[in-house]
This record gives sequence, C-alpha cells and structure tokens, in this order.
Amino acid sequence: MAAALPDDPELARRLADREEAAFTMVVDAWSPGMLRLARSFVTTDDSASEVLQDTWLAVITGVGAFEGRSSLRTWVYRILVNTAKRRGERESRVVPWSSWAPDATEAGPTVDPSRFQGPTEDYPGHWRAFPQEWPEDEALAGETVAIIRAAMERLPVRQRIVMTLRDVEGCSSEEVCAILEISAVNQRVLLHRARAAIRTVLESYFTSVDPSADDREQEVPS
Amino acid sequence: MTTMDCDKLVELVTAYLDESLDSETQRRVVDHLALCDGCQAYVAQVRATIRSAGQVEPVPVDSATRDRLMEAFRKHSR
Repeated sequence: MAAALPDDPELARRLADREEAAFTMVVDAWSPGMLRLARSFVTTDDSASEVLQDTWLAVITGVGAFEGRSSLRTWVYRILVNTAKRRGERESRVVPWSSWAPDATEAGPTVDPSRFQGPTEDYPGHWRAFPQEWPEDEALAGETVAIIRAAMERLPVRQRIVMTLRDVEGCSSEEVCAILEISAVNQRVLLHRARAAIRTVLESYFTSVDPSADDREQEVPS
Repeated sequence: MTTMDCDKLVELVTAYLDESLDSETQRRVVDHLALCDGCQAYVAQVRATIRSAGQVEPVPVDSATRDRLMEAFRKHSR
C-alpha cells in the first residue's frame, strides 16, 4: 500500500517540521485503513471518525518522539489501536481487549470433520471428496470481494481485526503483533480461524454458482 | 516415514504460508502437498481467499473529517 511515500525518517522529519504536504500524503494514504480498523473497536461510524482524528492529533504532537524502532505506519496504527480501545471501553463495548487469547469458541477443527474419512474408513483423516479448484472468473471477482467483506463483518471481532490487518491492509505478522501487542501464536490462531471461516463461505458460494462441483467424488492418494 | 493426514494439514496452512513451522513439520507439509491433490486444492483456495481479501476496498474518509484533520494540523503548526 501507500506507494510513493518518502521513507520513514524523511516522513517523520517532515511531519515534525509541520509540512502540510507530508501530512496530506500520510493522511490520504493511511486514513482509510485506519478508519476501517477503528470501526472494529467502537460502536459507531462517528466514534471511528473521532478516533481517527484523535489519532492524527496525537501523531502531529508526538511525531518528534518517533524513534524508528518500528515502521512509522506501525507506530501510527499503535496509537490508533490504543485510542480506539480507550474509546471502546468508554462505550462499554463488551470486548475485553486485554486478552487476545483465543476463547473456547476458537478451538477445534476449522474444516468440517465430516469432510474427512473416519477411523473405520480406507484413509482415515483424508478427504472424502477433494475441495474443488475455484473458477478464475473475472466476472465473479467483484461478487467474491463483496462476499468476503460481508463475511468478515460476521467474524468474531478479534479475528476480524487480525485478518483485516494481515490480508486487507497487507501487514506482516510482525507488524500485526506490534500494532495489537499480541503474541505471534495468538495472532496466528486468530488469523487461521478467520481465513478458514471466510474460505468456507467462499466455497459455499462457488459451489452454488457451479452446482456440478457439489458432489464430484475424487480418488484419494494411495 | 512420518505421514501427515489431510485433517491435520489443513490446520497448519496459516503457519505454513507464514513459513513459521519448524523445519521437520514444514517438510512433512511439503511432502504431503506433493502427493495430495485435495490438500493442494485446499491451500490454493486459502491463497485465493487471501488474494480476494486484499481487494476489499478501503473505507473512504468523508471530506468533512478530512477537512477537520487538515484544520487541526494547521492549528498545531502555528
């Protein structure tokens, strides 16, 4: 994302120098992603907008303290997350942000166990029927993205936040751990469950647009 | 030879794609994928899911919010 931004030291210096063109650049490059992230922590669009504004204010006044230990974007996103958490707590949104450990509903298989053969069958633990290749159909691309967006809205909020940062924003796992202050393991478990859930939704969709894919039996490898 | 079942492999896909598996497990995943069309297809679906998620469009910042941001910036620059 954010092509053509100057490198971090230059950007931080220009922001500290109160250069309006530099501020415009980062605001336009990062605000859409920040707003989307903020929206997962608070209850309304207006709240998310205020979190965005408070964050940028904190960036303007605090950028002189940026030491380059993370990327500038990670540093800004961390301010956003902390601002959004405080705001979310004031709105008494019932999400305990102190814990990012997967909860009881976030354990167990991410693929329906009935997709695999049972212990008395020929190949226990192997696919009954193989997943199908999905069509590389340009005509479906827009629809696919719309389905993903809607399905991500329904994910448990921590999973949604992690998948948004990783797969929509394109952050690395290290960046996500730094932004959210979570462990690599928790990050991975949340991302894994989120991706698996979205894959399942897409699989149902592709099966419905291509009914012949529904019950094709495939041989299992010997 | 230690084998890996498909129902175990699907739970390792995220760690596999992040290259965060230990080398022994990584090797077992790679070996399994080389032989299993089903798991290859599964991993391809996960990759396709990730690619499409990257196409989800950003939330536009409305112009009033942007104006307020620029105003705040100018106020703090004086």
